[in-house]
Amino acid sequence: MTKALDRSGLERVARQIRRDIVQSTTEAKSGHPSSSLSMVELLVTLYFGGILRYDPQNPHDPDRDIFILSKGHAAPGLYSVLAEAGYFPREDLMTLRKFGSPLEGHPNMCRLPGVEASTGSLGQGLSIGIGHALAARLDGRDSRTYVLCGDGESEEGQFWEAVMFAGNHNLDNLTLIHDHNGYQQTAAVDEIQPLDPMPSKLQAFKWQAREIDGHSLDQVAETFEWARNVTGAPQAIVARTIKGKGVSLLEEAPWKWHGKPIPKDEEAKALAEIGAGS
Amino acid sequence: MTLDLTHLGLPGGPSTREAFGDALAEIGSDERIVVVDGDVNNSTYTNKFKERYAERFFNAGIAESNMVGIAAGLAASGKIPVAASFSTFLMSNAFDQIRMSVAFPNLNVKLVGTHAGISIGEDGPSQMAIEDIALACSLPGFTVIVPADGPSAGAATKAMIERDGPTFLRCGRPDVPIVYDDISKFHLGKATTLRDGDDVTIVANGIMVAMALDAAETLKKEGVEARVLDMHTVKPVDVASIERAANETRGMVVAEEHLAYGGLGATVSMVVAERKPTRMAFVNIGDTYATSGTPEQLLTQYGLTPDAITDAARRVLKD
Repeated sequence: MTKALDRSGLERVARQIRRDIVQSTTEAKSGHPSSSLSMVELLVTLYFGGILRYDPQNPHDPDRDIFILSKGHAAPGLYSVLAEAGYFPREDLMTLRKFGSPLEGHPNMCRLPGVEASTGSLGQGLSIGIGHALAARLDGRDSRTYVLCGDGESEEGQFWEAVMFAGNHNLDNLTLIHDHNGYQQTAAVDEIQPLDPMPSKLQAFKWQAREIDGHSLDQVAETFEWARNVTGAPQAIVARTIKGKGVSLLEEAPWKWHGKPIPKDEEAKALAEIGAGS
Repeated sequence: MTLDLTHLGLPGGPSTREAFGDALAEIGSDERIVVVDGDVNNSTYTNKFKERYAERFFNAGIAESNMVGIAAGLAASGKIPVAASFSTFLMSNAFDQIRMSVAFPNLNVKLVGTHAGISIGEDGPSQMAIEDIALACSLPGFTVIVPADGPSAGAATKAMIERDGPTFLRCGRPDVPIVYDDISKFHLGKATTLRDGDDVTIVANGIMVAMALDAAETLKKEGVEARVLDMHTVKPVDVASIERAANETRGMVVAEEHLAYGGLGATVSMVVAERKPTRMAFVNIGDTYATSGTPEQLLTQYGLTPDAITDAARRVLKD
C-alpha cells in the first residue's frame, strides 16, 4: 500500500505531525521535539506522498520498502508518522516514554510495528540500511531502503565507513536523507565539526547527491522521484532544514532546546503557530 | 618440560579457525548465509566460502563497525549473516554496534572472532583478544561458543547457523590437537564429558581442553581421577553439568585462555556458588596483557599449561 495525498493533504498531515510531536513530548515532559520538527516534510512526503511502499496490516512484507531513522532521538516524529500511517492508534502517541509503552524514548523495533531498526546510538543507521539493500539485491527484490541521518551524527566514523561502502558497491536501491538542520546538542554544527560541502563530499564517495530545501514539499517530492530513478549509485538528499521548524520558540534559539520539550504553558501558542491538523 | 601445543599426547588437527572456514564453505549452499569480512578472509578462512559463493561474500574493508551494521541489516531482511574478523577488532572495535544493532534488537547475526587469546604468538598483545568472552557474555540473548578443536569448531559452526539468535563463535590461530574422537558427542549448550572421574573436575574450553586431558593423565598417575568437561558453550552455560560435577567430585578447576574477569571462570563460579558451593581454582591469563613470543613461550609464561592445571587440581584437593 502506498498513500499518495495531494498537496493540501500533505500540508494538513504535516501540521498534524507537528502537533503530535509537540503534544506528545510536552505530555512526556521530555524528548526531542526540535530534532523531530526539522524532518516533518521529508517523512510526510516519503510516507504519504506516494514514495514509500508499506502496509501496516503486513508490516513484515518482504517486498516493502524500508525506512530507518538513524537519528533515533527524533522518535516522536517517526511515531507520529507511523500512527498517521495506521501502524497503531493515534491515542498511543500520548504514552510516549511512559512505563509499559512501546513508544520508548528511542525506537525499539522489537516493540513497535513499523520501526525497522532500533536506533539511538548515533551513526549506525546507514550501515543497517546497506544490509537491507544488499539483501534485496541478492534476492532480486524491488525493495528500496531509505535512511534518515542527522547532520550532527555524521561526525561518527561509522557513517563514513558506510558512505564509502555504499558508493563502492553501487547501491542504487539505497537513499540517504540527510537532515541538515544545522544544530547538534550544544551548538551549531558549523561551530563544532563543519560538514559542508556535504553534497560534493558524498559525490566524491561515488554517490549521486542533491541539495534541497527540506521544508519545500515540492522540492522534497521531486527529489524522491529523482532518487528512485538513479541507477548505478546510491543517492543522497541533503535537505536544508530548520531545527524546531514551525515553533518560533524553538526556531529562535535551537542551541537551547535540543532534547527539551515545550513547557506546558507555551504549548497552546506553539500549536496555534502550527495551525489545524487533520 | 617444553609445551607441545599441537599434540599434547593427542592426534594433531587443524586450527579452529580453519575448521570453521571449512564448515562454513560446506554448508554455504544455504542461500540465507551471507558472509561479511573485515579484510582478513585468508586469516579467518572465510575465503573458502568466498571461493564457492562469491556473490554472497562482501569484504567490508578495515571497517568493523560498518561490517557489523551491515550484518544487522542483512539479518533484519531474513539473511543469516556471518561477520568474521580478528576477535579483538570485531568485539572491541565494534562493540557499540554489536550492542545496539545486534544484541538489543536480538538479530540473527553470527559473529566469528578468530586469532583469540595469547596463542596467536608473535603478533603480540595488540592482536590478542583476551577480553572478548567477557564482552560477548555481557550481551543479553547472546550465545557464546569457544570450541576446543577442529571437529567441534566445525560442529559448532553448523549448529550456530541452525540455531536462531545472535551468536559469538571464538576461534584460535594455531593448529590444535583433536580432543573429539566422536563428534556426535558435541551438542551446543551442553558440556561434553571427555573424561570421567570422581575426584576433581576440570572445566575448560578452547585450547585448554587438550591441556586438561593431558593434566588428567598426570593426575591419574598420582591416583587422582579427574573429570574433564569441555564447556564449549559459555552462554547459556550448562548448569546441570556443573551442578552434577560439584556434587560428584571434591572440587573444580576452571581453565580458559582469557582474562580472569567475565569469562568461563566467572560463569561457572556463579553456578557453583548458587547450586553447590565447592572448592575452586582458576587457570587463566590473570589481569595482564601479554607480549610477543612463540605460542608455547607465551602460554608457559602466562600460566596456561597442563602443569598449571595439575597444580590447581592439587590445590583444590588439598586437605
